[in-house]
Amino acid sequence: MVPAGWYLALAAALFGVGAIGVLVRRSVIVMLMCVELMLNSVNITLVTFARMHGSLDGQVLAFFVIVVAAAEVTVGLALIVNLFRLKASTDADRVDELRA
Amino acid sequence: MTTAVASAALPAVAQQEQAAGSGELVGFFALGAIALGAAIAVVMMRNPVHAALMLVTNLLAVAGIYALLEAPFLAVAQVIVYAGAIVVLFLFVIMLLGVSREERLGGGIPLQTPVGLAVGAALAVVLVAGVAGPFLGPEAVCGPEGEAAAVGAGEDPQCAGLAEANEAGNVRGVGEILFTDYVWPFEVTSALLVVAAVGAVVIGRRHEPASDLVDGAEPSGAGSGTGADEDGEVG
Repeated sequence: MVPAGWYLALAAALFGVGAIGVLVRRSVIVMLMCVELMLNSVNITLVTFARMHGSLDGQVLAFFVIVVAAAEVTVGLALIVNLFRLKASTDADRVDELRA
Repeated sequence: MTTAVASAALPAVAQQEQAAGSGELVGFFALGAIALGAAIAVVMMRNPVHAALMLVTNLLAVAGIYALLEAPFLAVAQVIVYAGAIVVLFLFVIMLLGVSREERLGGGIPLQTPVGLAVGAALAVVLVAGVAGPFLGPEAVCGPEGEAAAVGAGEDPQCAGLAEANEAGNVRGVGEILFTDYVWPFEVTSALLVVAAVGAVVIGRRHEPASDLVDGAEPSGAGSGTGADEDGEVG
C-alpha cells in the first residue's frame, strides 16, 4: 500500500544528500562515493517508473547504469591514485593548477 | 548459479510482499530510513573508511528497495556489483593510499558549506515537488490493491505493477529484453568495460624515467607513447 511517489521522494532525498556531499566534502574519494549515491538514487527512480508502467525496460536501463558506474569507479580511483602520487593528498582544493 | 538462486528465492519474496500489502509499507519505511540515514552518514563521516562502510549499508538498503519494487534481479546485481566489487575497490584504494586519517572540513571557498547545503536541499525539494509530487496519492499504489483503490476512487490506476511482466520470472523477463531489444547497447557495454579496465591500468601505472625502462630508447614525454603501445597490445 505504498504509493509510487513515496519511492520517488526517497530517491529525490538521496539525490539531494549526494549532491550536498559532492559540494561540501573536500576529499576526492568521498566525493566519488557521493556520486555513487546520486547514481543509485536515479536507479531507484528508474525501477519505480518501470513498475508504474508495467514494463521491464526501466530495469534494463538501471542495469546499464550499474555497469557504467562500475567502469566510472575503476577509472576514477585510478585517477585518484595517480593524483595522490603527485600531490600526496586527496584534497580537491590542492588540485588547482594545470601543470604537474 | 547465483542468478538461479535469485530467481528461485526472490520472486517468492516479491509475491509475498504483494500479497501482504502492509509488508511493503513496513519494508519501505525500514529500508528507506536505513538508506537515508546511511547516506547522511557518508557525507558526515570524517574518516573515509567509515564513509565507505556507511556507503555499503546504503547500497544494501537500496538493494532491499529494489526487491520491494519487484526487481529481484537488480537487487542481487546491486549486492554483487556494488557491495562485492565497488566498495571493496574503494576500501582497497583508501588503505593503499593511507588516507584513513581525518580530513579537515570547511575551508576552501568562503561559505562553501552553507551554500552547498542550501543548493542540495533546494535540489531535493524541487525533485520531490516535480518528480514525486504527481504520484503521492492513493491512486498511485501499485498492483491489485492499487486497482481496487482506484476503482473506489473512480479513476484509472496510475501504477500498473509488474505482475504481468514478471509472470515467467523477473530474471527471465529482463534477460529476454536485454538480449533482444537491447543487445546492441549490451555489446557496447562490454567494449566500455574493456576500455575502462585498460584505461585504469594505463592511468594508474607508475611513470618511471625513460632510462629505467628495459628497452630504454623512448624519449621523455614517454607517457603517451607507452600508453599507445599498451593499447595496441591489448586490443
